[in-house]
Amino acid sequence: MSHPDTTPGARPPALLGTQGAIFLAIVLGAAVLIPALNLLTPAGSALHVPTYLVSLLGKYLCYALLAMSVDLIWGYVGILSLGQGAFFALGGYAMGMYLMRQIGTRGVYGDPVLPDFMVFLNWKQLPWFWYGFDWFPFAALMVLVAPGALALVFGWFAFRSRVTGVYLSIITQAMTFALLLAFFRNDMGFGGNNGLTDFKDILGFNVQADGTRAVLFALSALALAFGYVLCRYLVRSHFGKVLIAIRDAEARVRFTGYRAENYKLVAFVVSACLAGVAGALYVPQVGIINPSEFSPANSIEIIVWVAVGGRGTLAGAALGAVLVNYAKTYFTSGVLAPYWLFMLGGLFVAVTLFLPKGIVGTFLDWRSRHAEAEPDVPGATPKPVA
Amino acid sequence: MSDILMAPEAANPPRAITEKTLTDALLYLNGVSVTFDGFRALNALSFTVDAGEMRAIIGPNGAGKTTMMDVITGKTRPDIGEVFFNGGTTDLTKLDETEIATLGIGRKFQKPTVFESHMVIDNLRLALKGQRGALANIFRRETGEERDKIDAIFETIRLSDHRYRLGGALSHGQKQWLEIGMLLAQDPKLLLVDEPVAGMTDAETAQTAELLRAINANGHSVVVVEHDMTFVRDLGVRVMCLHEGSVLAEGTLDQVSANERVIEVYLGR
Repeated sequence: MSHPDTTPGARPPALLGTQGAIFLAIVLGAAVLIPALNLLTPAGSALHVPTYLVSLLGKYLCYALLAMSVDLIWGYVGILSLGQGAFFALGGYAMGMYLMRQIGTRGVYGDPVLPDFMVFLNWKQLPWFWYGFDWFPFAALMVLVAPGALALVFGWFAFRSRVTGVYLSIITQAMTFALLLAFFRNDMGFGGNNGLTDFKDILGFNVQADGTRAVLFALSALALAFGYVLCRYLVRSHFGKVLIAIRDAEARVRFTGYRAENYKLVAFVVSACLAGVAGALYVPQVGIINPSEFSPANSIEIIVWVAVGGRGTLAGAALGAVLVNYAKTYFTSGVLAPYWLFMLGGLFVAVTLFLPKGIVGTFLDWRSRHAEAEPDVPGATPKPVA
Repeated sequence: MSDILMAPEAANPPRAITEKTLTDALLYLNGVSVTFDGFRALNALSFTVDAGEMRAIIGPNGAGKTTMMDVITGKTRPDIGEVFFNGGTTDLTKLDETEIATLGIGRKFQKPTVFESHMVIDNLRLALKGQRGALANIFRRETGEERDKIDAIFETIRLSDHRYRLGGALSHGQKQWLEIGMLLAQDPKLLLVDEPVAGMTDAETAQTAELLRAINANGHSVVVVEHDMTFVRDLGVRVMCLHEGSVLAEGTLDQVSANERVIEVYLGR
């Protein structure tokens, strides 16, 4: 039997492809270049990148990883999660708890064990769920376990009961809202309204220092690069082909003998863990984590980033996150600040109407039409958002 | 509560399915009824399909043909009745779609349902009998044996020249064949094929009949639901006419088409 392996598309596309190589080159290049320009150039130099900018860009990279985690489930499995911010915040809280325990006697009340807010609330001892967070490896594990476990339990019930589409979106939104209300309560033990802040150091390094900021930036870039390679590997595996098949024809997948709910669950948990890592890297760079990270509006914003960049393209989600957040920084610091939410909403409507595949999706379409080549990741680009 | 539900069964105990005559059948339906909002889609439907048999099912719209397939494949639970597979050893009413598919019952939908954004070859790879676990499939590699099986299926369904096109780019008839190919890749004991030639040209229809006969000759049992009488004649198999959720007539096509009631409700005078 002959394999027409010489025809275009017969060769399985490489793990990364051109798009992936460019993406990784940019991210890894930034991981080296930005910290170098911050630390090695004098403050007055034209090439100098000020530390506030390093942290700002680092924050964008965390958002990019968060957007990618949404793209994995929305772009490839069709799970429109409007609660992804919850996983991000849980990862952030796990890191925040570690950072709180590092403050020690340097807090306002100088208690060696209890964080300030607990002393203020007249608590006599550390609640059990704060145990272990003074040890970094445990906190790092919790960054993955807390969001992963929530996703596992939530997803197990939701997918097994075959909750899909808009109903699933609504209950994910309800989940993050419930957590928002819970974390607002002082007696939950997570600092209530004020959250966790006033961090001093991480692994013995001052979180405010230029060097620490530069390293955190580089780690964010590495996490984004790792997240990209992981997602890319997943969506191109047999597992990923099943995910795309579930997105397009779930019933067919079941009748073919696959447990669609298990596939969704694995993807959902991986996505939640990635979001948790993004949150954990975000917190030391912005210096605070509070319940507003759970707010439903935050989670919806992530969807806008992904839609703008291009759903089902991974790199597009990251690009969308950086572009929209850059625009947000730019506009909310000027005279247009009161109109930002209108602009964001308008952007979403415009993208849905005029660029249904987002920036990267539209570009890939344009390129494949001109090159007559097979799509880089077969089956990647889903149908338009609406 | 369970007592109340059990009461009718206790009053009228189901026939023991250990009877020799029943255990031989690959698929066995007895007294299956399904009601949707007061509409009786299946009404005490009973029939059997033997191993290696091909059966055609005809009947007017609303006769319960698709509901029957839904019951067999686990999409719909019957209100009452028995559905057994594999010579009476497996109760299908207790299993879900995935378990039933794994047992060896494949289904082709009325509307061709292929994975449109996957290449044709990936459609077959996904359907190919083998590992179904989510975690194991993350690290799965295609074996040479699997590649050969897929090549063989491509020969059978005559889509070799289209293997790297997207499923969604195929013509209607090609999609129907791809879906049959996906069933073959699953290698089921029983294929349920819902209207395989709807929207096909005469030439395609004849080829499809040939294809299904070849599949059947290979040892697969096949149940075909179809309206196209020329196609049913081409198949040359035992025919069953459904009406209002039960079997109206059964026999050769000539016998069934000569039946007064069948002419009245379905074929027309």
